[in-house]
This record gives sequence, structure tokens and C-alpha cells, in this order.
Amino acid sequence: MHTTMNTLRAQWLRIAVHVGSLIPLAALIWDYFNNQLGANPIRDMTLRTGKTALILLMLSLACTPANTVFGFRQALKVRRALGLYAFLYAAIHLLVFAGLDYGFDLGLLQGAILEQRFVLVGLAAFLILVPLAVTSTKGWMKRLGQRWKTLHQWVYLAALLVIVHFVWLVKADTREPLMYGAVVVLLLVVRIPRIRQMVSNVRRRPRNKPDHLVIAKEAKHLPQ
Amino acid sequence: MDKIRSYEITPEHLYLSRRKFLIGTGAVAVGALLSACGVKAPASSPTASGAVAPTASGAVVPTATGSPPQAGKGTDELGGKLTSYDSITHYNNYYEFSEDKAEVAVLSQNFKTSPWTVQVGGLVNKPTTFGLEDLLKFTQEERIYRLRCVEAWSMVIPWMGFPLSKLLNQVEPLSTAKYVRFQTILAPDQMPGQRDSYFGWPYAEGLRLDEAMHDLTILATGLYGKPLPPQDGAPIRLVVPWKYGFKSCKSIVKIDLVEEMPVSFWMTAAPDEYGFYANVNPDVPHPRWSQATERRIGELSRLKTLPFNGYAEQVAQLYQGMDLHKFF
Repeated sequence: MHTTMNTLRAQWLRIAVHVGSLIPLAALIWDYFNNQLGANPIRDMTLRTGKTALILLMLSLACTPANTVFGFRQALKVRRALGLYAFLYAAIHLLVFAGLDYGFDLGLLQGAILEQRFVLVGLAAFLILVPLAVTSTKGWMKRLGQRWKTLHQWVYLAALLVIVHFVWLVKADTREPLMYGAVVVLLLVVRIPRIRQMVSNVRRRPRNKPDHLVIAKEAKHLPQ
Repeated sequence: MDKIRSYEITPEHLYLSRRKFLIGTGAVAVGALLSACGVKAPASSPTASGAVAPTASGAVVPTATGSPPQAGKGTDELGGKLTSYDSITHYNNYYEFSEDKAEVAVLSQNFKTSPWTVQVGGLVNKPTTFGLEDLLKFTQEERIYRLRCVEAWSMVIPWMGFPLSKLLNQVEPLSTAKYVRFQTILAPDQMPGQRDSYFGWPYAEGLRLDEAMHDLTILATGLYGKPLPPQDGAPIRLVVPWKYGFKSCKSIVKIDLVEEMPVSFWMTAAPDEYGFYANVNPDVPHPRWSQATERRIGELSRLKTLPFNGYAEQVAQLYQGMDLHKFF
């Protein structure tokens, strides 16, 4: 009964993640064809896809803490989907910038990368996400074994680079990117073993189970 | 010198046609995939010697006497198309209302522009407070100018206004006056952005006296033959076309002749990024982004940014011998 409930919940969560992740893209396409992107459509598309990519990346990073802090095991099942959707939007973001805005002009793009440091860090973040997206499958997890975990920890650097990218591209008011930055830092800090221990100890223990059995049970939920 | 007549300007219903945009971006996307698109220079650009060829419509960019550029039907003097009224009035950097460019029009719609006074004083013989009706007594002419934002986008705007020099001559600046300082209204009850103390309100800007006296510098009261809407700086604003848009102070209430270089809003917000002169210059990048190209609102390809926004002939002599990297 308990397992069925969990399976159902996991199923709904998966559906919600897929639907929710595709809504921004659908909205963007709708707005594009209905001329609702404003006077500077290219810039609008760039900003919207960028922000969506960042939010999805943050949601993906929130899955592990959701489990360790709130015991929300189902979150682990949607972590990869969220990460891949973040990569999808990041790829569209890059294509809009390089293709629509800069017309794939290599000379201009070179200038853009060299003269505009926010472009450089954005590109760096994207380049980190590429191998992560490629190796996101179970096949690659098997192939890489222990090294898979080490490789995918690079997402932490990618997330920080995205925040720097955001801070460096705004005109003068850095409050919004810094707010996102604070959340990203929080999501990373909660992974530090000592902090993770403190936080998960805050969760209520089941009354009847002796401690050693509780710890054994919790150990199964801990992310790799 | 022929005046540009109103009926020669493209009607304000020049909305970006949806089909054109769709087909255009679709074509660009496909075309770009097949071959790299080049960067377009504006329809005609000055040669190195400073001489200029006539544009396709027959208009000629004038000599360095400072007289206003002539425009052809529905274009600026370089052949650039007028930006649509819809875009000009719905894509606004006006942080007093909102940092969201599309929100400004919405939040400013009830902005009171009457009664309105502009206090002109400081180092002048005849300090005067002008009502808007007094300022409208100066002959209003149509001036088609490019506006280049520091964010690297630009528009071609048909302003209605009069040279600032006419106003300054009336108040007779003293010989000690070296700069002109402008101030925007402080109205936090009407301007939500001014309730946010992140920035230092009210907005202030400044020009060197010779820049202020240049014939290109105007006080604008209208746009496409109609009074300025609130989101574009109603009822009266500055337009200095060879400088980045943030120099063109909106909704002016105070003009002072001063001896010290005024410190502007953006100089205060980020002194290493926004300077006093703010002359459009593709060779002087913003610390965090390039100024070599710009997105012309309504156009599909990026344009090469021109020195002094294409007004080098009229204004370059003001900066002879100045290191434009140092005095940015």
C-alpha cells in the first residue's frame, strides 16, 4: 500500500516535471508566433531561455537536498530529467545568441567572447553541461562507475559560473542575480557532509525504531 | 535648407508586420545555418576623409557646421528606417517606473505632465522658470535622430523639439559657466522606481557647455508629430544623439549652469562603467560588453556601431586632442 502510494506520487511528479519543464518553451513559441515578444524579440528569447535554464538547473540541484532534508525520495527520480531540460534551454539560449543575434558570424562571435566576459563564463558553463548531458544515461553510469559521480559534481561549478554570467550581464542592479546566487550557494552548502548531517538530524526520527535500524534505513536513501 | 515636412515621415502605423518578422527570422535562421551572415554597415557611411555620398533617397549628410542632418522619407540621413511608434513607446529604459522595459508604458500611463515647469538658473544673468507653454513657444522642428543605448541597441526616432541653445541664450549664461546640469522630476508618488533607494534619485545628467550649445542638442517635446508619451520622457526631455541614451535625460524640471562637472546618475551608480562624456564609440568597450555592434530595433542583423553614433562630422571637433578612452 505504502509502496503503491509512493509509486503513484513518483509518477505524478514525473509528469509534472515534464509538463512543467516544457511549458516555458511552449509559451515562448506561442509568443513568437503571436508577436508577443516585444520590440526586441531576440533579446527577449535570450533572457527567457536563460532564466528558465537557470531555474531548472536549480530545481535539479534541489532534488538531493529535498531528499536529505525532507526525505522526499521521489525527487531523486526527477533529478536527471530536470538537469536535461536545463541543458535543453541552455542549448536554445546559446543558439539564439550565436545564431539569431550574431548570425553565426565567427568574427563577431570571437569578438563577443573575448570582449565580453559574461559571454566567456556563460560558454564555459555550457561546455561543462555538455559532457554531463551526454553521460546522463544509465549506460554511462555503468561505464564510468565511481568516476561518474566525480564527473557530475562539475555541475556545481557550472551553476556558479551561470550566476557569475548573470551578475556580469546586468546593467547595474545586481540584486536579482545575487538572489539566485544565494539560493545556489544554499543548495551547494547543504551538500557539505557536516552540514548535511546537521540538517538531516533535524528530521524527526520514527518513534518505534531503534537508532541503529533508523540509520541503516536512512543510509539507503542517502544519495551516492 | 528644406524642412522635413510631417507628411514625409512614415505614418505611425508602421508596426513591425508579423509575417515579415516570421519570414525574416525564419530565413535568417536557415540562412545562418548554411552560411555565416555578415555584419551590415548602415546604408551609407562616411568615408575616411569625412566626405559623404548622398543616400539613396537623395538626402545629403551636411558638413561639420553643426546643422541638423537631412533625412529622406521615413529614414534618417544614413538611410536607416524609422523605428515604429509601437516600439519606441513600448521599449523604454525608465527606471523611475520600472527596470522592465515593457512595463514602463503600463506604469507611466497616468503620469501627470501638466502643470509642468522647468527652472533654469545657476550661473546665468536671467534665471527663469518656464512653464511648458513657454517652452512650446520656441519653434518646434522635426529632428530624426538615432538613439544608441549603452546596452547596444538603437532606434531611429523622429523627435519634435528645439535646440537647447535657444533656451540657454535666453537666460544668458555667465562666463564662469562651464557645464549644464539637468535634473529629472522627483515624484515617488507617481514613480514606483523612485521608492526604491537602490539608486540615487532624482536622475541627474550633465553636458559641457559647448556640447549643450551644439545645434544637434535639442529639448524634445514630441515624437512622430505628437506630444511625448510619459514613457518617453514627457513632457520635455533632452536628446543628445551622439552620446549613449542615458545622457538624454527625461522629464526635466531643472536646468542649471554650473562651474563644476556634474556627477550624473549613472556615474554614481557605476563610476568605472559610465562616464561623463559617454560618447558613442565602437573602440571604447563597456568594461563588461563590447560597443562595436548594436541591435537596431526592428532589424534582423546586427549593425556596426559608428563613432559618435554617425554624427562624427558634426561633433568630432569638440573632442579634438582628447583621449576618448580616458574620457569615456
